[in-house]
Amino acid sequence: MPFSHLLVETEPPIAIIRLNRPKVLNALNFELLRELVEALETFDKDDRIRATVLTGNDDAFSAGADIKELFEATPVDLIQRNQFALWDRLKKTAKPIIGAISGHALGGGCELAMNCDIIIASETARFGQPEINIGIMPGAGGTQRLTRAIGKFRAMEMILTGQYMTAREAEKHGLVNKVLPVEAYFEEAKKLAMQIAQRAPVATRLAKEAVLKSFDTPLEEGLQFERRNFYLLFSTEDMKEGMKAFTEKRPAQFKGR
Amino acid sequence: MGYETILVEKRNKIERITLNRPSALNAVNDKMGEEFYAALKEAEKDQGSRCLIITGAGRAFSAGEDVAGLKERYGEGTHPSLGDHLRKKYHPIILRIRNMEKPVVARINGIAAGSGASIALACDIRIASEEAGLKQAFIGVGLVPDSGSSYFLTRTLGPGRALELIMTGRTLGAKEAETLGLVNMAVPATELDKAVDDVAERLANGPTKALGLSKRIVNRAPHLELSEALEYEAQNQDIAGRTEDHLEAVKAFLEKRQPKFSGH
Repeated sequence: MPFSHLLVETEPPIAIIRLNRPKVLNALNFELLRELVEALETFDKDDRIRATVLTGNDDAFSAGADIKELFEATPVDLIQRNQFALWDRLKKTAKPIIGAISGHALGGGCELAMNCDIIIASETARFGQPEINIGIMPGAGGTQRLTRAIGKFRAMEMILTGQYMTAREAEKHGLVNKVLPVEAYFEEAKKLAMQIAQRAPVATRLAKEAVLKSFDTPLEEGLQFERRNFYLLFSTEDMKEGMKAFTEKRPAQFKGR
Repeated sequence: MGYETILVEKRNKIERITLNRPSALNAVNDKMGEEFYAALKEAEKDQGSRCLIITGAGRAFSAGEDVAGLKERYGEGTHPSLGDHLRKKYHPIILRIRNMEKPVVARINGIAAGSGASIALACDIRIASEEAGLKQAFIGVGLVPDSGSSYFLTRTLGPGRALELIMTGRTLGAKEAETLGLVNMAVPATELDKAVDDVAERLANGPTKALGLSKRIVNRAPHLELSEALEYEAQNQDIAGRTEDHLEAVKAFLEKRQPKFSGH
């Protein structure tokens, strides 16, 4: 897969996608998002890959949307370009995405980070939705996902003032899972991806789906959804193997079936 | 770079910033605040400088905030926002000194008062002339400690002794400060340069990355539970363990010679 805005490596069972527009702090233009979605959809279909690490560089995960691309846009341009359709596809990624976030994660960069399933941040990471400073507001899920992550009051303050949150604050308020020194966050994210990739792939996939379902459904419906996924797993070979290995006190060998 | 209110010298991997308004006891006017901060930023970036010394020219280390500059701000009995002044001028300086991942030595040549004391207290190691002193001058003008003084004093001395110094505003002599652990060493004025240079040379030839990481974990230690501190040490030891200097030290040990640290 040739990409111009991403560096993509596979180290089965994991893949690493690195946003690669360092000169513009990995600003998210249309092409970058298109490539990202393409890469993730490809990995979803690739049996050798069971989890992805999504990262930028130490200075910037992503400083947000490419303002140049937006400056001249009219509402009709935005409708026709339909950039958010890419975000909708991003949301449907089936395999786990571990975000390894350092430096700026602002605007669209923060929203992209929040599309990850687990976030490992460096101590230098900064999260924010500063759109308000340029006369707009978050448009790729920021108002919804940040609110769900850190609660109404903190989200409202960040979104209305454009103030940033440090990695340690983000950790305290539940926006990130873990904070490590800048020299170590990426390896930790890879380690976690490897760990997840050792688990039964179908179970991983259905569990992720069920957790994300909780954002869209009332509890009763979510519980029914969970239960159906749970029952479904009893038809997999991996479930038999997992339980057998447990009773035999040995590591399970999962096949993804 | 040409500065008006400070001097910056570099020699043998050691950088020295001298607050240089001796006729005003190196009081920090706004210009000095800007220049000092700019020099700190440069020093942090400069891979060639592996130890930073901060000192004052003439008799004083620094008398703190420049009182002459206050005249303009207090016209017509108004109350300027001191908080905003601190946030803009001093907080970046104090945070830069604390977060800079290389050793910073305060060469306390004379009185360090008010925010001048805060700057000295923000450094990693303090070496003072016996004629020097630290003074929490704030209460004398009806103000509270700022620029980190309350933080550093309380952590070093505990609340009782910190409050005594803050409430009385008395000048703490260098010898007493040494006894309290507030300065690392108090030496006769004539021996100050030798004492500072010995320490600075040792640090400048040390494993800079490990020195920086040590500062990082010590900065964070007071905020952590033991189990968290253990984990944070382990994370940073992983990083130190991958440096060239660590391998050089192991090699030197096996070869029974002194290590030569490159700082990487």
